[in-house]
Amino acid sequence: MTLDRPAAIAATGLRKAYGEQTVLDGIDLTVAEGTVFSLLGPNGAGKTTTVQILSTLIQADGGSISVAGHDLAADADGVRGAIGVTGQFSAVDNLLTGEENLLLMADLHHLDRHEGRRRTAELLERFDLTDAAAKAPSMYSGGMRRKLDLAMTLMGDPKVIFLDEPTTGLDPRTRRTMWEAIRELVAGGVTIFLTTQYLEEADELADRIALLDHGKIVAEGTSDELKRLIPGGHLRLQFDDPAELDQAARTFAGSTRDDAALALQIPSDGDVHSLRAVLDHLDVASIEVASLTVHTPDLDDVFLALTGRPAEAAEEAAGETAEKETVR
Amino acid sequence: MSTLALAARDSRTMLRRNMRRWVRYPAMTVQLIGIPVIFLLMFAYVFGETLGAGLGGPSGDRADYINYLVPGIILMTVSASVQGTAISVAMDMHEGIIARFRTMAISRGAVLTGHVIGSFLQTLVGLVIVTGVAFLIGFRTNGNVAEWIAAIGLICLFSIALTWLAVAMGLKAKSVETASNLPTLLVLLPFLGSGFVPTDSLPAGMSWFAEYQPFSPVIETVRGLLLGTEIGTNAVLALAWTAAIGLFGYVWALRLFRRPPVR
Ligand SMILES: Nc1ncnc2c1ncn2[C@@H]1O[C@H](COP(=O)(O)OP(=O)(O)OP(=O)(O)O)[C@@H](O)[C@H]1O
Ligand SMILES: [Mg+2]
Repeated sequence: MTLDRPAAIAATGLRKAYGEQTVLDGIDLTVAEGTVFSLLGPNGAGKTTTVQILSTLIQADGGSISVAGHDLAADADGVRGAIGVTGQFSAVDNLLTGEENLLLMADLHHLDRHEGRRRTAELLERFDLTDAAAKAPSMYSGGMRRKLDLAMTLMGDPKVIFLDEPTTGLDPRTRRTMWEAIRELVAGGVTIFLTTQYLEEADELADRIALLDHGKIVAEGTSDELKRLIPGGHLRLQFDDPAELDQAARTFAGSTRDDAALALQIPSDGDVHSLRAVLDHLDVASIEVASLTVHTPDLDDVFLALTGRPAEAAEEAAGETAEKETVR
Repeated sequence: MSTLALAARDSRTMLRRNMRRWVRYPAMTVQLIGIPVIFLLMFAYVFGETLGAGLGGPSGDRADYINYLVPGIILMTVSASVQGTAISVAMDMHEGIIARFRTMAISRGAVLTGHVIGSFLQTLVGLVIVTGVAFLIGFRTNGNVAEWIAAIGLICLFSIALTWLAVAMGLKAKSVETASNLPTLLVLLPFLGSGFVPTDSLPAGMSWFAEYQPFSPVIETVRGLLLGTEIGTNAVLALAWTAAIGLFGYVWALRLFRRPPVR
């Protein structure tokens, strides 16, 4: 359904290295207009680097990119005029008040005075910041800063928005406020490029998801497509009587029993066919089951399976990330 | 709107931002204007008598020395002020909002132009205060209106040129702490020139340096315009230095600013 729409972001052969270290090793991305695309990957995979390249902040070493119909190499200002960016690290002026930050954005988007004030009031209201409008962001909580950051991004009515971990560190309610805002934007035709560490968030919001690891896109598709890539789905039968569990375990070859919980796990991808087969077997053998649940793999399983790396490499990466964090 | 009008508008917006930041964080401004005032008073009252006698001027006393001193202090005010520019530019580059500006379709250079104009206005305030104090402690000039205008014009041009250089130094600095290192040289230059004592009273090597460094011809020209001393080739030299420093600073600053941001 999304394939026939024109691409809001199209990148091919994107490469970037920092010295010896190759961060992006030739990646291709296509994001259809009016959809949410989520880029996932372990710490240090290069998500922020990708966002910085696509949003004209840093230059790629190779590859061609077009954003909102503008070629990034030839017309960076054209791209800048069409995008909004909320980076991983706060991009507000700490010496101005929240309101002044928004008015500054209004001025830079060349809105007239009246319109600038109106939009500022509207955005403050929308993100529940009206009471904090006259305070400096250094006195805001992390969540309020994040909201101000997004509000500033929206001042220019961007067609394509980059959100780099927009909800990291937010409480569940504030996170949902952000999700609501993102959904409203998409309903209005905006394209969203989102990175996140919360796979549930990608599942909720994204039309398509890509997994970045070791400089490559290791998997891409809808959330359901990704989940089908890996095994791990099963049916779980719960029993009241250990004798029933014994009998069931004998009936289903390849099942795993959990004696403490009086439960049995049967591998299954959760489709109706295999479900009916299991129920038939239970009927024929007249086994009493207390309850049955279907488990499909979630994105966490996909993430862990596809970005798995040798322990040594993983440890190294963990060290690097820790180092990076202290430098910032 | 034309490109030029947009550039002017963006620069004005950035200027407004910088002025607001100064109002919120005035400590540095106060300090930067305070330093030349303290030097003025110290040199006038602690060393003035002795140095005045050494000048061999009409009366050879403190009053003579104050007159001699003021052009140097004026230039010192300019260089202390641009030291502040370098620090605030470096501070600004570490603020996340600069990354945001880079992803917006803002006129090229508006961020820097905002800094330059803001700093220049701040320098003017410093100059007015320092000159006011100078008059209070007995500075007397025999310059006419045209000479005053010429002196003010030269000081303004030189300030703008140095401000661009300081912006580049601020961009070049790896951290806020090191941002004031390079511009410190600028603050020392009036001392290593004709600002406080005549260059021919300095040791040989230093006297040569003092004669040919950029601050000396500017100081000598201002001194000539306000006090009627000999200007000679100094005026041309001063303008040439101003143009060269300004151009170099401008080109260097824009180049550094287009570089990928620091993290
Ligand atoms: N300016 C830089 N200089 C050198 N190396 C860098 C620079 N920026 C990023 N890197 C390196 O590039 C790699 C990718 O970094 P990036 O910030 O894009 O990762 P990320 O996927 O956003 O990680 P996280 O989930 O921690 O935000 C890291 O190994 C990082 O150390
Ligand atoms: Mg990141």
